Amino acid sequence: MRAIRVLGVTAALGMLLGAAACGGDPAPSTPAKDKGNGKLEIWADPKRTAALKPFADQFGKENGVTVEIKEIAENLQQVFVTGSQQGSGPDIVIGAHDWIGNLVQNSAIDPVNLTAAQKSSFEAAALKAVTFNGQVYGAPYAMENIALFRNTELVPTAPATIEDLVKAGTDLKTAGKVSEIMCLQVGAAGDAYHIYPIFASAGGSLFGTTASGDPDPKNVTVGSADSVKAFTKLKELGEKGSGALKTSIGNENSISTFASKKCPFLISGPWATKDVKTGGVKYDISAVPGFAGGKKATPFLGVQAFYVASKAKSKALAQEFVANYVTNKDVAKALYDADPRPPALTAAIDAVKGADPDLVKFLAAGKDGFPMPAIPEMSAIWGPFGNAEVAVVKGEDAATAAAAAQTAILAALKK
Amino acid sequence: MSFLLSRVATLSITAAILLYAVPPLLKAEAWVALAILCAAAAGICYLYLSKRHVPAKYLVPGTVFLIVFQLVPLLYTFSIAFTNYGDGHRGSKEEAVAAIERESLKEIPGSPDYALTIAAKGGDLVFLLVDRETKAVQAGTADGLSNVEGAEVSLTGKILSAPGYEILPAGDRDAEVQALAVPTARGAIKSSGLSRAIEFEKTRAYAADCDCVRGEGKEWKASSETGYFVDAQGNNLLQGWQVNVGWSNFARALTDPNVNGHFFNVLIWNFVFSIASVFVTFVLGLSCALALHSPRMKGTKIYRALLVLPYAMPAFALMLVWRDMFNKDFGLINRVLGLDHDWMGTPASARLALILVNLWLGYPYMFLVATGALQAIPRELTEASGIDGASAWQSFRRVTLPLLLVALTPLLISSFAFNFNNFNLIRFVTNGGPYAVDNNLVGKTDLLITYTYRLAFEGSGGLLGFAAALSTFIFIIVAVTSAIAFRRTRAQEEVYS
Repeated sequence: MRAIRVLGVTAALGMLLGAAACGGDPAPSTPAKDKGNGKLEIWADPKRTAALKPFADQFGKENGVTVEIKEIAENLQQVFVTGSQQGSGPDIVIGAHDWIGNLVQNSAIDPVNLTAAQKSSFEAAALKAVTFNGQVYGAPYAMENIALFRNTELVPTAPATIEDLVKAGTDLKTAGKVSEIMCLQVGAAGDAYHIYPIFASAGGSLFGTTASGDPDPKNVTVGSADSVKAFTKLKELGEKGSGALKTSIGNENSISTFASKKCPFLISGPWATKDVKTGGVKYDISAVPGFAGGKKATPFLGVQAFYVASKAKSKALAQEFVANYVTNKDVAKALYDADPRPPALTAAIDAVKGADPDLVKFLAAGKDGFPMPAIPEMSAIWGPFGNAEVAVVKGEDAATAAAAAQTAILAALKK
Repeated sequence: MSFLLSRVATLSITAAILLYAVPPLLKAEAWVALAILCAAAAGICYLYLSKRHVPAKYLVPGTVFLIVFQLVPLLYTFSIAFTNYGDGHRGSKEEAVAAIERESLKEIPGSPDYALTIAAKGGDLVFLLVDRETKAVQAGTADGLSNVEGAEVSLTGKILSAPGYEILPAGDRDAEVQALAVPTARGAIKSSGLSRAIEFEKTRAYAADCDCVRGEGKEWKASSETGYFVDAQGNNLLQGWQVNVGWSNFARALTDPNVNGHFFNVLIWNFVFSIASVFVTFVLGLSCALALHSPRMKGTKIYRALLVLPYAMPAFALMLVWRDMFNKDFGLINRVLGLDHDWMGTPASARLALILVNLWLGYPYMFLVATGALQAIPRELTEASGIDGASAWQSFRRVTLPLLLVALTPLLISSFAFNFNNFNLIRFVTNGGPYAVDNNLVGKTDLLITYTYRLAFEGSGGLLGFAAALSTFIFIIVAVTSAIAFRRTRAQEEVYS
């Protein structure tokens, strides 16, 4: 009896080990050495897959290869890093430029070699965003930044400063025309991305800069005296102050509240335009204003780019697609038509800006934009910064909140 | 008949696994794995073809699933707890070196811009290069550059034909195209895509003699402790590799004040949360089940369908809906009750809100299992106790409940274990918040699992090794608690059966 059990368990265990060994084996998918597989695999999120399909097919036709686009609905960056590591990743991936640091430290992407002429055809900020450790790591195709939407029926002229904005909003609220002064998503967890322009205008910063002008991960400045002053300014705008910033306004309700005309101002990006139009709001877009006498309110600049996977099975083909195909003006314009975000190619911007006034306004609002730091250390910022933001918006002491954020960030960076 | 069928099913699954796994194993020349696989398959075939060993026939499938879904993940988690596996340390040292060298390839300023055509000569791969300015045509191989005469060049610089060379279609021999570096005086010409080639110099290179990366006048020494190349000032190159770090992940969990300083507060709330969740869902679920169990109750089918409704809807969506209902200014709860309370902003109400949400999500399950268990208890027992003069409460307390608990305690324990690690609820409803102003590391509603997740994944990218070590601790806590509870249940069963 006992022997039978032992036998059964051994058999099961053996079978399992066999299966596990075969699962972990990277070899079978490698094509024979002397023959290319003539196949290009691209991973993108659902928003972009449809837009890409026609170009991918055309590229395939021109080069006599098949191009497969795979939609990754959730967590593309993580899926790509893991898939790449296991050898089941794609040849090309499309994503935001602030992934670069993490993808590089995981040896997941290769530099893309662009000619001087190609480089100069991009908007300078877009090219700077995809440059990391002195190398261009992706071909940028779209840019995005946040700006100030205002309901022109309630506020005909754009406020020049935050103070003007708050005054206009407060007057409207007192008059009972709106229920909120401003819709800027804070939420229960804070939102560093959306508050950053105002924080920067008040003198706050996240990192110091290195000699080359890049963010310096060794010098976290969230707890610096200047940042404390900026947090104090946020506190004045918060729930115990003028009430312009509220933790009850978050990602889930900021755009809809503006679209239902309960809010005269919304700070958001191009993705909000559709809902705002659907809501029938007469709107205009302008740069996020700064504090009177303060610094410029610089929004974060995000860039979408194509990357070549280090473990691509058809890397030369992938390099060709990224460096020489998507950097083409017609492709950039067609990508814009499918998903209207400001293109990164100057020529493509010129081609589309006549038909899309919002795009020009977003570009103008992002003129002084600060490319979101692509260094991996950035991931340590979001959580603690958001918590400090929530604390000051609720009226807690700015110095304590900033110091706590600084401590938490340094603890996370210490690894 | 059914026995025959199940035998056929088991044997065909085994055969299928064998068919699936053998070719890749052969290809990878993994002889040990292959031998184990074949031996296991042979064992299973023997077991199910012979008429003996009947108990083992029933035990093996369950054992396989236990191993696959419980034991292997557990052992795997435990094994990566001893490494620094995580972002920056996912691959091998060779991969890190290759990535560092690739990153250090710099285009030589002023070098010609070559149009590239990929060709073959006598089976060897050749780069046919056209200098876009001078239009000179050259052939590049691993030996260097040589001139090509009589080539037909298109307007874009592509070579249409060249005597003695075979032009290859795009995508052919990709790995070789990648690998080919044509040596030049200053560096090497490498392909950049399929239509361009660039002359590069490698500014950093790995040197085996010192086990370091050299370049740009600096030297980064390989550290097998951290899995990084580190220079004299202690700055590391970004690309690292996976190394064994022994017990240091466990040691960090126990000694790092950022981790253990909050551990006990979190643990206490974790127990309160999971016990309270089980208790309230059980009480409400059981009450509903008892009400519907009463023979005097009408329309029980409709009530049952309505009660199961929350269980049938996706929990994720409901969690987000509940979160929005607790919103201070826009939420339904404050509006209906006429309050102005910041539910998620104060620790006590955030905790209460979580338990309420969990009650809503969890009681249908308790209702279902309690209904089932109640139907298994003969009504004669309560009738008999009624004849003996017991009140309804007494017969519930003394007869029904103990019998119910015998059946349901294992489920209550598993519900406890589930809620102990109820990551989704916390993540979606409060995300650990609210946070004290002077403490950004741990929120007032954090469970160990969400706290662990934040430490391991949100602060500094994915620290999977460290997360695995923390998970091991959580596993031990849950396992010990459950083991104690099961032991008590067994004692209870002995009393009542």
